[in-house]
Amino acid sequence: MEKKIRVLVAKPGLDGHDRGAKIVARALRDAGMEVIYTGLHQTAEQIVTTAIQEDVDVIGLSLLSGAHMTLFLDVATMLRQKQIDDVLIVGGGIIPEEDVPRLKEAGIAEVFGPGTPVETIVTFVKKNVKR
Amino acid sequence: MDEKKTSTKHQIEAKKQVENVVVTETPEHPSYHKNLSNLDIKTVYTPEDIKGLDYDADIGFPGEFPFVRGVHPTMYRGRLWTMRQFAGFGSAEETNKRYHYLLSHGETGLSVAFDYPTLYGYDTDHPLARGEFGKCGVAISSLVDMELLFHNIPLDKITTSMTINGPAAIIWAMYIANAENQGISKHKLGGTIQNDILKEYIAQKSYIFPPEPSMRLIVDTFEYGCKQVPKWNTISISGYHIREAGSTAVQELAFTLADGLEYVKAAMKRGLEIDTFAPRLSFFFNAHNDFFEEIAKYRAARRIWAHEMKKLGAKNPRSLWMRFHTQTAGCSLTAQQPEINIVRVTMQALAAVLGGTQSLHTNSMDEALALPSEKAVRIALRTQQIIAEETGVTNTVDPLGGSYYVEWLTDTMEEETYKYFDKIERLGGVIPAIEKSFFQKEIAESAYRYQKEIEDKKRIIVGVNRYKLEEDLGIPLLQMDEKGEERQIQRLNKLRKDRDNAAMQRHLAGLRKAAQGTENLMPHLLSCVHSYATLGETCGVLREVFGEYKEQAIF
Repeated sequence: MEKKIRVLVAKPGLDGHDRGAKIVARALRDAGMEVIYTGLHQTAEQIVTTAIQEDVDVIGLSLLSGAHMTLFLDVATMLRQKQIDDVLIVGGGIIPEEDVPRLKEAGIAEVFGPGTPVETIVTFVKKNVKR
Repeated sequence: MDEKKTSTKHQIEAKKQVENVVVTETPEHPSYHKNLSNLDIKTVYTPEDIKGLDYDADIGFPGEFPFVRGVHPTMYRGRLWTMRQFAGFGSAEETNKRYHYLLSHGETGLSVAFDYPTLYGYDTDHPLARGEFGKCGVAISSLVDMELLFHNIPLDKITTSMTINGPAAIIWAMYIANAENQGISKHKLGGTIQNDILKEYIAQKSYIFPPEPSMRLIVDTFEYGCKQVPKWNTISISGYHIREAGSTAVQELAFTLADGLEYVKAAMKRGLEIDTFAPRLSFFFNAHNDFFEEIAKYRAARRIWAHEMKKLGAKNPRSLWMRFHTQTAGCSLTAQQPEINIVRVTMQALAAVLGGTQSLHTNSMDEALALPSEKAVRIALRTQQIIAEETGVTNTVDPLGGSYYVEWLTDTMEEETYKYFDKIERLGGVIPAIEKSFFQKEIAESAYRYQKEIEDKKRIIVGVNRYKLEEDLGIPLLQMDEKGEERQIQRLNKLRKDRDNAAMQRHLAGLRKAAQGTENLMPHLLSCVHSYATLGETCGVLREVFGEYKEQAIF
C-alpha cells in the first residue's frame, strides 16, 4: 500500500482565526492524508520541532492576522537552517497578492487566499509533495 | 366568515399556488431552498404558519414586552443607530488620524480594533508579539498610547466601543484613567467593552486566563461599572465571532444568549441585584447573507432575552432590553472582485437596520485582503448613510413585523434556540460544554458543511463559484507606516525609564494581593495604569496569579 501523505496544519503566532485551518485539515484527512493539527499560538520553533518529530511531508501554515511576512518566513528560514528541504510548505489566509512573490522566493510553494476551493489545495499537495 | 374558514381558505390558496408552480411550464428552480441554518424554506407562507401567534403576548408594540419589534417605541424616528466603524491599525497616532477622518465624514461613534499582542495582554516588545505589531488593530501597551489614541477626541461627548476581552478590565481602566487625567468624570463616560470571554473560548480564541478567574474579572467590571461608570456597557455579549468561526444563524443566536444568561447568573451568584447591572448588558451580532434569516434572528433574540430575564427576576424594563451592535459578515466578503462586496454589505446592513440594531459597522470592500483603505471605509460609512437618509426604511418601526414568513422564521429560530439551551444544560452549563468542546465541534461541523455546499455549488457565491473573472481586479490596499513599531518600542523604553518605578511596583504588588483574594480588582487596575504600569506588566501579574488557559486542538 502506498504511504499516506503526512501533513502538519499549523497556526503560527497569536492569531485565533482557526476556521480555515480546521476546514483544510479536515479536507486533507478526507482526501486520505494523515493530518496533525498544532492548535493555536505556535512559535515558528514549535512548528518546526513538531514537523520534525512527526516526520511530516507537508506543512500548511494558516494566518489571518497579517503577520505572515514575519512568521511564514520564520518557519521557512528555520527549516532551511536545519537543512530540511524535502518538506513541502504551503500557506493560506488574508494575504495580499503583492506579498506572494517574496513568500514563494523564501520557499513557500503556494499561497491560497480566501475563496480557494479545498479541492485545489488537496490537488496541489498531492501533486507537489516531495517524498 | 369566521376565523377558521379564513385560515382554511388561505391554506387551500397556498396549496394551489404551489401546484400551479409545479404544473406550469416554469417549475421551481431545483436549487437549494435551505437557509443558512439549514432550515427548509417553503414556497409560500400563510396565516396557517403563524396561527398560534398572539399579537399582544408574542409580538407586542415596539418598546413593549416582549420587545420583538424593537426596544424603543419610536426606534429610528427618534434616534438613528450609531454609525460605528471598527478601526485600528499600526500605532496610536495613525489610528487617531483614522478616527478623526471617520468622524469628519459623519461617523457617530468610535470602535477600537486592537492588535493581537494587545488582545493577549502583551506589550509590543514581548517575544510572542513578533510580527504582529499593529497588523490587525492598534497597539496599546500603556496609558501613554491610550492618550495618543484619543488625542483631541472629546471623551465626554462621544461613545467608544472597545473590542477587548482577556485584558478588558485593564484596557477599560486605561480609558477611564485617560478621561480622569483630562478632568472628565467617570460618570459621564459612555461606551462599551466587549469583555465576553465565553465566546473567546468558543470561537474567537483570544483568551488569557482560565474560565473561573475570567468570570470573576467580568463580574468585577459589572459591579464597578454600575456604581462608578453608570453609562458604560460593561459587556458586549457577542455572536459575531461565533458566526465568523462558521456557525449557523441559529447557533449564533443560541450560543450567544446562553453565554449572556451565564454572565447574569455569575453576577447574581456574587450577590449583585439583577436590575443594577442588567441594563448595561449589550449584545453584538453578525449580519450575514440570508436577508430574512438575519432579521428574524434579531427579532427572536429580543423575545428570548426578555422572557429569560423576566424569569430570572428582572423588573426594570431596561433589564429586559436586548440592545445590540451589528457588524456585517467579514467571512462573507470575497477576495475575488472586491468591489462587489459593497453590494453584499449594503444588503447585510439593511437586514441589521430592519432588525432594529442600535449600532452598526459596515465592512469595507477590501477586508478579505487587508485592513481597509480610507476610500474603502468611506464608502462603507456612506452605505449606512444612504440607508439612513435615502431609503425611507427608517420611517416606520419593524416594517416586516406581521410578515407570515418573518414571523414564522422568528418563531422557528426561537424554538431551535431552546433546543440548544436544553442540550447545553444537559452538558452541565456553558463552561462544562466549552470544556467538552461542544460549541467548538458544532461550529466546525457547520463551517465544513457550508464550505462543502459552496464547493458542490449548492450555494452560489458570486465571483467565487459562479460569474468568475479570468483575471481578478486588484484594488489599492492600505499601506502602514513601517516606522510605527520602532517608535512604539522607543516610547515603551522611555516610559519604563521615566515613570516612578517604585510607586508603580507598589501598585502592582497591591494588585497581586487583591487578585489572590476576592475583592474587586477594578480600583487596583486603575491605580496600576495611572502609575503607567504597562499592559504587559499588569496583565503579567494576573497571569502569574490566575494561570493561563490552553484549549484542546480539535478539527
